[in-house]
Amino acid sequence: MSFLLKCPNCGERSVDEFRFGGEVVSRPAPGAAESDWSSYFYFRPNAAGVQQEWWNHRYGCGRWFYALRDTTANAVQTTFWPGQPPPSEQP
Amino acid sequence: MFQLFRKNRMWRARPLKSRYRVVIIGGGVHGLSTAYYLTKLGVKDIAVFDKGYLGGGASARTTAIIRSNYLTPEGIPFFDQSVKLYEGLAKELNFNLLFNQMGRLDLGHTDAAVYALRMRTEFNRILGVDSRMIGPAEIKRLVPSMTLREGLPYPIIGALYHPPCGVIRHDAVVWGFGRGADRGGAELHPFTAVTAIDRANGRVTGVETGRGRVEAEIVLNATAGWSSDVARLAGVDLPLTTHPLQAMVTEPLKPFLDKTISSANLHAYVYQTDRGEVVIGGGVDPYPSYSMRSALLPMEQLAGHTLEMFPCLSNVKVLRQWAGLCDMTPDYAPIMGAVDGLDGFILSCGWGSWGFKAAPAAGRNIAALIATGNTPDIIKPFALSRFHQGRLVNERAAAPAAAIH
Repeated sequence: MSFLLKCPNCGERSVDEFRFGGEVVSRPAPGAAESDWSSYFYFRPNAAGVQQEWWNHRYGCGRWFYALRDTTANAVQTTFWPGQPPPSEQP
Repeated sequence: MFQLFRKNRMWRARPLKSRYRVVIIGGGVHGLSTAYYLTKLGVKDIAVFDKGYLGGGASARTTAIIRSNYLTPEGIPFFDQSVKLYEGLAKELNFNLLFNQMGRLDLGHTDAAVYALRMRTEFNRILGVDSRMIGPAEIKRLVPSMTLREGLPYPIIGALYHPPCGVIRHDAVVWGFGRGADRGGAELHPFTAVTAIDRANGRVTGVETGRGRVEAEIVLNATAGWSSDVARLAGVDLPLTTHPLQAMVTEPLKPFLDKTISSANLHAYVYQTDRGEVVIGGGVDPYPSYSMRSALLPMEQLAGHTLEMFPCLSNVKVLRQWAGLCDMTPDYAPIMGAVDGLDGFILSCGWGSWGFKAAPAAGRNIAALIATGNTPDIIKPFALSRFHQGRLVNERAAAPAAAIH
């Protein structure tokens, strides 16, 4: 199902302009156990619900950003730049 | 008159017991096939739960192509066993499955694609699967309605011809396995959602359902499309991302195509059903989702790519379209077997876009695992632990239409 995604730089556009970059997962520290690395490479929560994702505005400004999206309805709750908290938590 | 039909029920509604030896979550083709083969091995204390009606999930949305022209030495024998079981299944279940082994062409449009197809052909032949490479003259003879795109970009320069490939009536397979399991003694409980999986001391002890708690020694997760959430009920993480795959069916036409045609370059596969409708399927959507609504752009792309091969379809109307959920694994191979650290919990998931064709072999081997406690050699390479051991089974080249996500 198609939906709209709001690039923090360019504004609201069709999802077809964007490239999906995977769920946001945290990288293990150097020297972490091998199983932590294989989990990081392959295993994902893949929840039916809200998840935090990487998106790239491939046919626009080319920048990468985060989105919180409900995967059951493809409803994008919010988008924001990496390194910043979601807009709802910003002062 | 009504009672006349009542006598011939495919399976019976039964009260829920408080304890079963085996609980199967998911009443689709995989869950029911496992239940059927378990009853044949003498294990009859089985309950199959489904949150909806039987065969209403991924089994209802498959495009039902059965083939074994895979790439890896692990995948080819497994899918070959499944094709052979399908060949005898209508007789085995005493139910007409309308299996039509029409044959299949995997098209190559570039030297690189032909190289990959040739490699698959050689692996197939070494392992006893009927596949061969054919050139434009034979392609034209087998599929005269298709344009070979001579003089155009990406002409069709070769194809992997796989004669055993077939198309089957997918609902009939579900019903046949369901009836066989019921007659063998298994209990089928549709509209019974599993909401929790109970564990104690490193093993599963039962499940909570919408109709009450049930104790069980063995719990099988056979819930394609929802495997991640169901496995999480047991505290097990899976390496899956769930993507919709879009498909459509045209209005019926006179017979013009008696092969399934797949093009990895065009991300589309096409065949004509016995009713004359043209079934068109494509790659999975490029982002994960649990929504099964169709999207316009993938539909346009599918239609456009199909017309590149079959310009004769340009004025044909689409009757209906749908999407099904595919649990994609990192290596495009399924996940079958026991889970380290949680006794009694068995997986049959990660069925991506290659699940329906594997149902009899997966069911039979997982039934053997449950009945004997030993994993059959043929499914050993597909254990969940392979992702932690770096032993991936790379089937990407053989699931070409799906491999764009």
